[in-house]
Amino acid sequence: MVEFTLPRNSKIEKGREFPAAGGAGNPKSFDIYRWDPETEDNPRMDSYQLDLDSCGPMVLDALIKVKNETDPTLTFRRSCREGICGSCAMNIDGTNTLACTKAISEIKGAVKVYPLPHMPVVKDLVPDLTHFYAQYSAIKPWLQTKTPPPPDRERLQSKQERSSLDGLYECILCACCSTSCPSYWWNSDRYLGPATLLQAYRWIADSRDEATGDRLDDLEDPFRLYRCHTIMNCTRTCPKGLNPAKAIAEIKKLLVARR
Amino acid sequence: MSLRSPLSRVLGLGSAKEGVSHWWWQRITSIALVPLGVWFIYSVVRLLSGDHSTSIQWLRSPVQAALLISFSVTVFWHAFLGLQVVIEDYVHAEWLKVTSLMVLKMLLALLLVVTVLMIFQIFVSSSYA
Repeated sequence: MVEFTLPRNSKIEKGREFPAAGGAGNPKSFDIYRWDPETEDNPRMDSYQLDLDSCGPMVLDALIKVKNETDPTLTFRRSCREGICGSCAMNIDGTNTLACTKAISEIKGAVKVYPLPHMPVVKDLVPDLTHFYAQYSAIKPWLQTKTPPPPDRERLQSKQERSSLDGLYECILCACCSTSCPSYWWNSDRYLGPATLLQAYRWIADSRDEATGDRLDDLEDPFRLYRCHTIMNCTRTCPKGLNPAKAIAEIKKLLVARR
Repeated sequence: MSLRSPLSRVLGLGSAKEGVSHWWWQRITSIALVPLGVWFIYSVVRLLSGDHSTSIQWLRSPVQAALLISFSVTVFWHAFLGLQVVIEDYVHAEWLKVTSLMVLKMLLALLLVVTVLMIFQIFVSSSYA
């Protein structure tokens, strides 16, 4: 059955508190999920107080400040710090988003930071995305053609054909949408989830691709595709402002259209 | 413990090549239920003010009986499609899932047969009147 409560060893406990170093002019609390696989301890919420006067504007700046100045054991992924790599996806203030593009000033009260929901945790804020990436590779995310490429140029696309990829190609595979989707929480073993389905549609919608029928065949499945019940959490949470729910609806429309 | 690759786990038994007609019929039955539902509520409200024989008389009209049978078939069909999704979503033990789906289907089919028979019985009872 679906698990509505956490198993006993996953219950989150109250953790340690780290007050700001003397005389913080602009203090703000950051409550951060901590779990270390090398101990037998349950996960806990450590509370770090930072002085925002000496901290960058984004949640990622705060996490880096904690790691540099207070607690070097805090573990998280980050790379580009400008919302293009998708590494720092996490649950901040109740919503999946990128720590690097989420402004601290947008959050009232203590900033609560958890790893992406309902994923196995590697350590602290680092989720295990192995299955997510395997799902992405399963949809063959590359151009498939039978026609040989023109000898003297690239495969051409009209401006209009190219514009049908807008709102799809921008996806950075941060997994915010898939891990916000209840259907993905309960059935991710078989349901591909919004991120992978948006990527699948990105290749279905590509005028140069010649495997559209095979791609639709692979998706035509009660679990792979049809676990989407248009809950729309994916669209609400996408830090890039994309609409995976619409991409999924387009796939469903094409499956009816080809009958 | 399994040493299968992550990709092999995802690919599993492959695509079932199914699900479109479930999705499509769910849409068709919901659209059909809009006018049928309005008609049903309107009729029930109207019949509330009459007595038993008014209702019996009402059901003896071929139009009303046909509409009520259409409404019943659509409701039960739509209910089955919806409840099937709920079971598939939340029941993960394979034996329990298959059993509940079978029980659900038989139960709704039985209820539908009984409903249609009762409507039909009242409809043909006009000769006794």
